[in-house]
Amino acid sequence: MPALPLDEAGKYVAGAYVVFLALLLIYVAIMSIRLSRIDRELAELAELAEERAASGERRPASAEEREEAPVG
Amino acid sequence: MSFRAPRILPALTVAVLTAGFALVFLWTPNDADQGFIQKIFYLHVPLASTALIGFMVAAVQAILHLRSGNPKWDVRAYVSIHISVIFGVGALITGAIWAKASWGAWWVWDEPTLVSFLIVFLLYCTYYPLRYAIEDRERQARYASVFAIMAGAFVPLNFLAVRLAQTLIHPRVFATSDGGLPPKMMLTFLICFAGIALLWETLVRFELASKSSRAKLGRLRRALEGDDAAGQPGSRIAPVPREARG
Repeated sequence: MPALPLDEAGKYVAGAYVVFLALLLIYVAIMSIRLSRIDRELAELAELAEERAASGERRPASAEEREEAPVG
Repeated sequence: MSFRAPRILPALTVAVLTAGFALVFLWTPNDADQGFIQKIFYLHVPLASTALIGFMVAAVQAILHLRSGNPKWDVRAYVSIHISVIFGVGALITGAIWAKASWGAWWVWDEPTLVSFLIVFLLYCTYYPLRYAIEDRERQARYASVFAIMAGAFVPLNFLAVRLAQTLIHPRVFATSDGGLPPKMMLTFLICFAGIALLWETLVRFELASKSSRAKLGRLRRALEGDDAAGQPGSRIAPVPREARG
């Protein structure tokens, strides 16, 4: 087949490079979704850890109060 | 097992790819036979070659997994195949566009290079159902490694078989009796190839870092929530035993 004229070939060449760019962008989008999910889970776990730490701080205080309270 | 996201590699990848594509359109001459349409060559061939090399890299990693029993090699093999399959999709689509412009058809079934690449690609597409059809994580990793080795051995054999085939519609441009690519085209091709190979490595590292983060998050959740969180979604790849981490 003879070589395509530039205006005709340009469409195909642009198409090929756009496909490559689109694949790359789709991959980046998927990665960003995954990253935001990790970020969300990490925030949940941080909240949980803070709750645990707060309740852990309160517990010894209440135990001291019990020791100091008069028996009987 | 801990994989960190690369820092310098993405910048290097962008620099090399940009330089390569700039050379394709601003410096490299048009092909005497195909004209401007030959510019697809600098994208299509590196994508296909990197995908095939990636499959062979996965085979080596699978061998290391079976030899050492260290699950990190299984994860690496999985990710190498995953990224290579994506590159394979790119090679098939860009190849079809080139075929339509050059031969007037999106696909030619009697062309050994095309059909053999499609066979390899479809073979690796079966890796996912095979892997996830097995419930037991250790058995899953072992069987997946055996598959990766067998399929990886098929890649060079396939390449040789195509080279020995009689029908040569597909252009042979490297080391031919006609002298191969002119120096300008060869240099541009090598830069584009390096860029695509760097992109493969960058994506592999990001994928590994993402899997590693998911696994660490799962461990953290289990530690904080106790056994109730054992069923939480995490990496579908085999978990890493404590002694194998590091």
